[in-house]
Amino acid sequence: MINLTIDNQKVAVEPGTTILEAAKNTGAKIPTLCYLKDINVVGACRICLVEVEGAKTFIPSCVTPVAEGMVVRTNTPAVIKARKLVLELILSDHPMECLTCLRNQNCELQDLAREFGITEVRFDGAKSEYPIDDSSPAITRDPRKCILCRRCISVCTNVQTVTALCAENRGFETLIAPAFNEKLANMECVQCGQCTLVCPTGAIVERDDTAKVWAAIADPKKHVVVQTAPATRVQLGEALGAEPGSIVTGQMVAGLRRLGFDKVFDTDFAADLTIMEEGNELLQRITTGGTLPMITSCSPGWIKFCEHFYPDLLDNLSTCKSPQQMFGPLVKTYYAQKEGIDPADIYCVSIMPCTAKKYECQRPEMNSSGYQDVDVSLTTRELGRMFRQAGLDVTNLPDEKYDEPLGISTGAGEIFGASGGVMEAALRTVYEVVTGETLENIDFEVCRGITGVKEATVQVGDLSVKVAITNGLGNARKVLDKVRSGEADYHFIEVMACPGGCIGGGGSPIPTNTEVRLKRIEATYTEDERMTLRKSHENPAIIALYDEFLGKPLGHKSHELLHTKYTPRGVNK
Amino acid sequence: MKSLEELAKIRESRREALKIRQGVPSKTEKAHIMMCGGAGCISSKCLDVVEAMKKALNKNGIADQVQIVLTGCMGPCDMGPVAIIYPDATFYRRLKPKDAETIVEEHIMKGNKIRRLMYRAPGSKEPTPKVDDIDLFAKQKKVVLRNNFYIDPTSIEDYIANDGYVALGKALTEMKPEDIIEEVKKSGLRGRGGAGFSTGMKWTFTAAAKGTPKYVVCNGDEGDPGAFMDRSVLEGDPHSIIEGMAICGRAIGAEHGYIYVRAEYPLAIERLDLALQKARENGLLGQNIFSSGFNFDIEIRIGAGAFVCGEETALLTSIEGKRGEPRPRPPFPANEGVWGKPTVLNNVETWANIPEIIRKGAEAYSSVGTEKSKGTKVFALAGRINNTGIIEVPMGTTLREIVYEIGGGIPRKKAFKAVQTGGPSGGCIPAEHLDTPVDYDSLGALGAIMGSGGMIVLDEDTCMVDIAKFFLDFVVDESCGKCSPCRIGTKRMYEILDNISKGKGKEGDIELLEELATTIKATALCGLGQTAPNPVLSTIRYFRHEYEEHIRDRKCTCNVCEFEE
Repeated sequence: MINLTIDNQKVAVEPGTTILEAAKNTGAKIPTLCYLKDINVVGACRICLVEVEGAKTFIPSCVTPVAEGMVVRTNTPAVIKARKLVLELILSDHPMECLTCLRNQNCELQDLAREFGITEVRFDGAKSEYPIDDSSPAITRDPRKCILCRRCISVCTNVQTVTALCAENRGFETLIAPAFNEKLANMECVQCGQCTLVCPTGAIVERDDTAKVWAAIADPKKHVVVQTAPATRVQLGEALGAEPGSIVTGQMVAGLRRLGFDKVFDTDFAADLTIMEEGNELLQRITTGGTLPMITSCSPGWIKFCEHFYPDLLDNLSTCKSPQQMFGPLVKTYYAQKEGIDPADIYCVSIMPCTAKKYECQRPEMNSSGYQDVDVSLTTRELGRMFRQAGLDVTNLPDEKYDEPLGISTGAGEIFGASGGVMEAALRTVYEVVTGETLENIDFEVCRGITGVKEATVQVGDLSVKVAITNGLGNARKVLDKVRSGEADYHFIEVMACPGGCIGGGGSPIPTNTEVRLKRIEATYTEDERMTLRKSHENPAIIALYDEFLGKPLGHKSHELLHTKYTPRGVNK
Repeated sequence: MKSLEELAKIRESRREALKIRQGVPSKTEKAHIMMCGGAGCISSKCLDVVEAMKKALNKNGIADQVQIVLTGCMGPCDMGPVAIIYPDATFYRRLKPKDAETIVEEHIMKGNKIRRLMYRAPGSKEPTPKVDDIDLFAKQKKVVLRNNFYIDPTSIEDYIANDGYVALGKALTEMKPEDIIEEVKKSGLRGRGGAGFSTGMKWTFTAAAKGTPKYVVCNGDEGDPGAFMDRSVLEGDPHSIIEGMAICGRAIGAEHGYIYVRAEYPLAIERLDLALQKARENGLLGQNIFSSGFNFDIEIRIGAGAFVCGEETALLTSIEGKRGEPRPRPPFPANEGVWGKPTVLNNVETWANIPEIIRKGAEAYSSVGTEKSKGTKVFALAGRINNTGIIEVPMGTTLREIVYEIGGGIPRKKAFKAVQTGGPSGGCIPAEHLDTPVDYDSLGALGAIMGSGGMIVLDEDTCMVDIAKFFLDFVVDESCGKCSPCRIGTKRMYEILDNISKGKGKEGDIELLEELATTIKATALCGLGQTAPNPVLSTIRYFRHEYEEHIRDRKCTCNVCEFEE
C-alpha cells in the first residue's frame, strides 16, 4: 500500500491509484471535465488540478499516480482560483447557447460553471466558429460547443476501434473532427453514438427527429404505430429522473398512448421472430455446411462496422434483419392487411436505445413492404424529451399493456437488450427445436454480464455448439481477427456494437457508464423473469404469424420481408 | 571496426593528410580552403564562391593541389560567406565569386594575402589575418563545435583524424556500463535542450528501468525562432552525435537509437544519413562494434515542423507515427518512452558533449564552467548586435562579454536595452543584469531561462510590448491545442497584448495578463505551456512602464506600435 496525506488526512491506497481516486477516500470530490473513468485519461482539461507539496506546478489528479509520502491538497484557495480561471477560459471559447442546447441541464460544463459560481467571463476575444455537421442520419456535430476533452476520440478509437474522429490543426484552431474535416457521413463512422454518450457538452448529439413524429401524430390521415426496443423500458425512467435500473414498461406504454400513437407495439415481438428465423438459419447452416461461424445481425452499428472493416466476413453474418427492421415490413404488410389499413397511411416509429437505428431504417434495402419500412427511429433520449414536452409525468402513470398482436412478446425477446441476450434467447429455442425436449433451466448464465468477450460450449442434443459473445466493437475485433485467421471454431457469435449491449447503446440516457449499464442489465433479467412466456417459439402471436402469413421460418415470405443483404464498403484510403 | 588499433591506423594515416589544417605546409598540396557551408553562408551564396574557386583552380591548373571543403557552420553568419585558408589559417569574409580568382592567384599561388577580405576588429584599422587571433573567436571555447573549422562533415576519416570514435572505443573496450554513466554524472553535464536536467541522472534512471528493449533518442527538433545551434552540429559534425548515442546505448543497454530531425533541416538530414551509412560501413554501427559484443544502430525520424515536437513526450509520440502531442508525466520517458519502453532522450548539443567527456574524462570536462553548470554552451546570437551567428562559450561567461566582446556590441551606436534568452519559453534580461554569468540557475533567477541557446539582443528602439507579442504569437500558433490553459489562455493573452499594442488597452489589462500568465504556468500540461507566458512576465517585470505608457498615454516611445484611431 502507498501512504499519503490528502487534505491533512492519512490515506493508504494500492500502488498505481491516481490522486483523484485516492481522494475519494477522504470525502473530497475533485472536479473533472475531460476525465472519464476507464475511457479517457489524458489530463487535457486541467480542471482536476491539486497542490502537491514540492511540485512546481499544480498536478492533474486524474493522471497522476500516488507516491509514498505525497502531501496533497485538493481545495486550497490557490487551487480553486486556478481551476476557476481555467474554467473561465474554456467558457470564453464556448457559444453559451445553453437555453437552446439539447444538453441543457444535462451538461458537465454547465454543472461546473454553476458549482464554481462563474458569474462573469472576462475574455471577449475570438471564439471558434465552425459549421454544424449534420450530414449523418444519426449524429450531429457542433464543434463550436466542443471543449476538446477528447472523450469522443477515446471511445471511438480505443473502445470501438473505429477512429472516425481525431484532433486536427493545432493551438486555438484545434478541431475534433473526422480526418481532414471530412463530413461524418463520408467516414467509416458506424453511427453507434457512443461519442454522444460521453460528450460532456452538446458538441456531438443524436439527430433530433422528434419533430417528424409530432407531425405524423398531428396528421389525421396517418395511422401512427410505435415499437419500443427491449432496452428502452429499463432506460426511459432515467431520462425522466428515475434511478438507473428502474423498469417502466407499462408506464411507457401508457405514456405513448397519451402522446397520441394509434398503436403501441413491442420490438420484443420482432425479437422473438428474429429468434425463429435466426435460430433456424443457424441450424440450416450447421446441417447443410453453410458458412460458419454465423454472426448475429441485430446491431446496425456492428453491421456497418463489418461492412467497412471485415467485408470478407459478410457471408458469416446472419441474413436476418434486426428486430426493428423485421417489425417495419410486418406492420405495413401483415398488420395492414389484418386491419384493412392502406400501408401508405401507416407511419412506423421506433424507440431505440440506439443512434445507428436512425441510419439503419434509411438503408435503401429496408423497404421490402414497398414503403420505407420504419419511417423514423427515435432514441430513448428523444422519447424522454417528447414526454417532457407533453408534460407527461410518465413515471407516475398507471401501467398499461401493449396492443395486440405485435405487442405480445416473451422474456427471450426482452433479453435482446443485454449483451448475451440474443445468444441466450436463441439457445432457449434452438435447444427445444433440436432435441424436442423441454429445457429445464432456461437461464444461460454463461451468456450474461458485461465481460467484453464471453465464450461457451453448449450441448444441444448430439451437437456441442461453440459460441462467443462480444460487446463493444473493440472486443468484436478480437474475435473477428480469430475468425479471419481461422483460429476460431465457433458455430455462432453474438456481436453487439455497444459496451454492455443495447442497454448501453448510443441512444441511452446520459450518463451511461459501467455502473448504470450493470443496473440496466439487472433490470433486463428481472423483466425476463416476470414474463409468463420466456421462449420465443412459445409466443402465440409468433405462432399465429407463421400460421396466418409467413408459412414457415426461412420460407419464401420470410426471405422477402425478414432477410437482407450487406454491402462491402471498405475503408477510406 | 574490430579494434582500437584499427581505428588508430585510420586516424594516423588521415591525420598525416590533414596536417596542413594544423598549419603544417604540405609538399603535395598548396592549400585547403575550408568554406563555411552553414545555412547562413549558403543563403549568402557560398556555393557560387565554391564554383568560382573551382574554376579559378582549374584555370590555373592547380585543382589537384588544393582541396575545397564545405564545413559546418563556422559561426559569424553576418560576415558570410566566410572561409579559412590553410595552412596559414587566414580568415576571409564577405566573399564574392569574383574574389575567387584573386584568392587563388594571389594568396594561394603567390602567398599574398588579400587584406580587403580580412576581418577588422571594431575600431581597429589593421585587419586580423589569422583566425585564431580574431577577437570574437578568441573569447570562445569550442567543445561542441570542436570540429567545425577542421573537418569535412561528409568524411568519417576527417572525424576519426580528430579523435573521433576514440571515446566509443574506450567505452566499449575499457569501461563498464556503470562506469560510463558515472563519468557522465561526474562531468556535471546538464541537458542542453533547455531544462538543464542532469544527463547522468537521466541515464541512471533509464539503465535501472525495467523493460526491454531500451532506446536512445536524439532531439533534433530545434524550433526556437532564430536558433540554429543544433543544426550547426548536425550539419558540421554528425558523427559526434552518432558516437555520443552509441556510448549511451552501451551505458544503458540499448541497441537502437532514433534521431528526430525536423524536415526543415534537409542538409542536416542528408549529412546525418551519409554519416550513418559511413559509420555502418566502418563497423562503428551495427553488430559487435570493436569486437565488444555490443550492437547498435540508429534510424532517422523526420518531424513535420511542429514546435511542440521538441517537447520530449510529444517527440516520442511523433516517432511512433502519431500526432505529436505531449502527454502527462509520469510515466517519464526513462520508464516509458518510445513504444512504451525505457528511453534516454537528449538534445543534439548534449550528445555532442558525450564523446569529449568520455575521451578526456569528467574532470577535464568539468574544469570549464561554473559550479552547477559545467562545460560550454552554444548560443545563436541575433537581433541588434554586430556579430550575429553561432558562438560557443564557457558556462559562466557574462552577458556583457557575450554582447560586447564576442558580439561586437550594438550597431549604429544605439543603447543596449535587453537580451532575450530561451526563445518563446524565455525572458528578457535588462541592462542592469548584464554582468550576470550565463548559467542555468542565474538566468532562471532573472525570470529568463538558458533554453536551448537562442539569444536575441534588443536595443533602445525595441518596444517590449511588441517583443512580448511576437513571442506569444509564436506560441499561440505552436500550442498543440491539447490542454485548455495553453490553447485558450495564450490566445487570450495575445489578444490583450494586441489590444495594448493598438492603443486599445484598458486599466487592469496588465494585472489580467499577470493572472493569466501565472495560472498558465502553473496549470499547463507541458513545458511549452508552462513557459509560454515567460516573455510577457519578464517584460512586465522589467519594463512595466512601457506597458503602462501604451495603456495610459496611448504612446509607444520606440515608435514600433501603430495605434488605431
